[in-house]
Amino acid sequence: MSFTVNHLNAWYRSKQALHDINLSFEPRSVTAMIGPSGCGKSTFVRCLNRMHEELPDARVSGEVRVDGFDIYAPSSKPRHVRQYIGMVFQQPNVLPSRSIFDNVAMGPRLNGLAEGKALRALVEQSLRQAVLWDEVKDKLDAQATQLSGGQQQRLCIARAVANQPRIVLMDEPCSALDPISTLEVEELIRQLKESYTIILVTHNMQQAGRVADHTVFFLSGRMIEEGVTSELFSHPQRKETEDYIAGRFG
Amino acid sequence: MQQPISASQAVGLRERSTNWAIARFGRRPADVFFRGLTMLFVLIVLALVIGVALVLVISSWPTITAFGFRFLANQAFDPVHNTYGVLPAIFGTLLTSAFALLFAIPLGLGASIFIVDFCPRPLRVPLAFFSDLLAAVPSVIFGLFGFLVLAPWLQLSGEPWLKQHLGFLPFFQGQMQGVGLLAAGMILTIMVLPLIIAVSREVMLTVPRSQREALLALGATRWEVIRYAVLPFSRVGILGGIILALGRALGETMAVTMVIGNQATRPGLSLFNTGYTLSSVIANQFGEATPGLFLSAVIEAGLIVFVITFITNFLARWLMSSLERKGGARL
Amino acid sequence: MSTTLRSEQQRTTNPFQPRPSRRETQRQAANSVVIALCVLFAIFVVIVLVYLIVYVLKQGIAYLNLDFFTQLPTPNGEPGGGMGEAIQGTLILVGLATLVGVPLGLFTAIYLAEFGRGRFATVVRFLVDLLNGVPTIIFGLFVWVLIVIPQQSFSGLSGGVALGIIMIPIVARTAEDVLRLVPQELREASLALGATEARTIVQVVIPAALNGIITGIVLAMARVAGETAPLLMTAFGTTFWSTDVTQPMDALTLRIFNFTLSPYPVQVNQAFTGSFVLILLIVLASFAVRWATGGFKRRF
Repeated sequence: MSFTVNHLNAWYRSKQALHDINLSFEPRSVTAMIGPSGCGKSTFVRCLNRMHEELPDARVSGEVRVDGFDIYAPSSKPRHVRQYIGMVFQQPNVLPSRSIFDNVAMGPRLNGLAEGKALRALVEQSLRQAVLWDEVKDKLDAQATQLSGGQQQRLCIARAVANQPRIVLMDEPCSALDPISTLEVEELIRQLKESYTIILVTHNMQQAGRVADHTVFFLSGRMIEEGVTSELFSHPQRKETEDYIAGRFG
Repeated sequence: MQQPISASQAVGLRERSTNWAIARFGRRPADVFFRGLTMLFVLIVLALVIGVALVLVISSWPTITAFGFRFLANQAFDPVHNTYGVLPAIFGTLLTSAFALLFAIPLGLGASIFIVDFCPRPLRVPLAFFSDLLAAVPSVIFGLFGFLVLAPWLQLSGEPWLKQHLGFLPFFQGQMQGVGLLAAGMILTIMVLPLIIAVSREVMLTVPRSQREALLALGATRWEVIRYAVLPFSRVGILGGIILALGRALGETMAVTMVIGNQATRPGLSLFNTGYTLSSVIANQFGEATPGLFLSAVIEAGLIVFVITFITNFLARWLMSSLERKGGARL
Repeated sequence: MSTTLRSEQQRTTNPFQPRPSRRETQRQAANSVVIALCVLFAIFVVIVLVYLIVYVLKQGIAYLNLDFFTQLPTPNGEPGGGMGEAIQGTLILVGLATLVGVPLGLFTAIYLAEFGRGRFATVVRFLVDLLNGVPTIIFGLFVWVLIVIPQQSFSGLSGGVALGIIMIPIVARTAEDVLRLVPQELREASLALGATEARTIVQVVIPAALNGIITGIVLAMARVAGETAPLLMTAFGTTFWSTDVTQPMDALTLRIFNFTLSPYPVQVNQAFTGSFVLILLIVLASFAVRWATGGFKRRF
């Protein structure tokens, strides 16, 4: 599966948030997007599943191609793009009025992916992939809001993978979590990459170092540098990258 | 002519009164006075509220003791035989209010979903403004429109059409007079719409974006986002708004009085019939009411309205406050 | 290993296009139907409401002239005349109502915002809100029994009292909201300087909230200017000039009510004009006060 971005530009209100981004992602790997706040990494990732255009006064141009098919082609429908390319958000956004089971089953039910026994199997499998099954298997009918923050975020991950995407986007998934939950989620990401291509936005460089195979450095809406994580951190090619990694600005 | 007191005497007086006030009340004199004044007004207000209830009960005591619960079952206001009952009035009140809610809820919800989710941005503010404007229109003007425009139209075009196409239903049979239960129901619908739209809109706007995004990211259609993210979140608030609307419809007087015909016809299901409501009975009969049972009956009708609206108001507020506890906006 | 993993071969079909299936068509259809219905309903609502307002205003303007404000109604539907006494009556009645409603409402708000603690305050707030939801004709009944019947006469005073009672919860609610918005630091600063609580409230807190309070009062006045039912049995109405509050008094709403049901076309036309003037009054008052005071947070 090939996943490439060509000449992607994005605007929000009258400001241009992304300038001519060109990138290629390795399948079944974790690619981290790093950069200071406001550099556009979240905007970028939201352009990958056509969420950016849901904002009022937002605009996108360029191509994002999966196996050659452009998600922004007129014939591509956003909601099909989003089933294929899933997303986990910064703040866990479980559906409060629904049970744990229903949260995970939401995607498959909507998209008609499974029913009955197959659905239960899918939910269980997704919860196992999110390393949450053992903690909730006895209370699948409990309200999702009864879980702790870390558990809720893993529930959101389970929900995202239950929808059977090929690519999973994660927008700072650990920033609202305590350190222990963060480590649990990072471990979970390492396991998930065997099945999915993961794009991870993080403001924490050490996290990129721990989890990501490739890393991309963003600054002011432009992609400055990208490469294998260890290479990028030990031998950055560009001065901006080096400055950021050295902590000269944040 | 009194001798003015010296400066030191004035200071001494002030000190002494301050000391006295603090010793006695724990506060300074100005505060004692101000608090006292405030409490006086508050007590007057309380007295008024309780007074209204008391006056209603006391003044309707004659018919309460004379008829008891039969008052709710008796068929008519009959000064000649000195028997009084509000069954047709209750029927009229319930029917017109139910009609209004039946149409105003889908119309109002649909319109507010449109305003919140589908409406092009430049239209949003004018629409909302216009809806608020309508909430401020006095009910007598709705009555004027109903009596002078809607009722004649119903008599000439609306009711004949209904009779022709849907006359097999018991709702659309009988004499077509324009005024009647149908006209009253329609006017109430129009009056209650802005309230439902305003409340639903406010509640739906407080749904956090993160909830909508959760559903969007799973590949939901716009309707699915509304159905699974927005509506569950706003359910309680919308219900509260509906109950408020019900309260308004039940208590509405002028517009209904002007279009409902104010005569009892033989009880039946037809919307073409004229009828009356509890409020219109009061408005129409207070002038005729002779002291005694007649007067008491009119006031008991008011008591019933008071109790009904108290209950619906209480329900709505209880729902709203449970919403507030979950972190919604105070309405 | 995941059993749902799709094959790794390069895709030959566009994954972002709708898969033709019954379910997909159903979802698409449901979505389109709902959107269509919402648009339809919104259009319908707008058309009905716009038509109503425009019709009333158009008819009203057609018969608007200076006489309307300066003349009394003519007897027996003769041409000419106006609603002068009704307009005057409305102004007097609203003025009386304000005298009754504002002090009671404002002090209740002060109590709830500044002093009220514990169960008594909860009860007060509950009862004030209860007052808010009562249909206004009930207040007419109340005043009718307490003042009109003993006095054996309808009067402007009883009408003003009834309207004043209606004003109380409106003023109390909006004033309380605005008073609560005043930052606690202001009060503390004043008290720290040695001012009494009373002086703090009167000279610091209320002036800070004054815009909002005035807006609330004017909106309440506009609201009671549109009331009819409570006046039916208190002020009752008249077609003569009168400033005597112990006698029946006319109001714009009463005259509109009366003339709407009148058999005389002249009076029906004037009912429309009266409606126009009433709406204009209410809208102008609401706008003027919000403009003049910068408004307070719109509830809706």
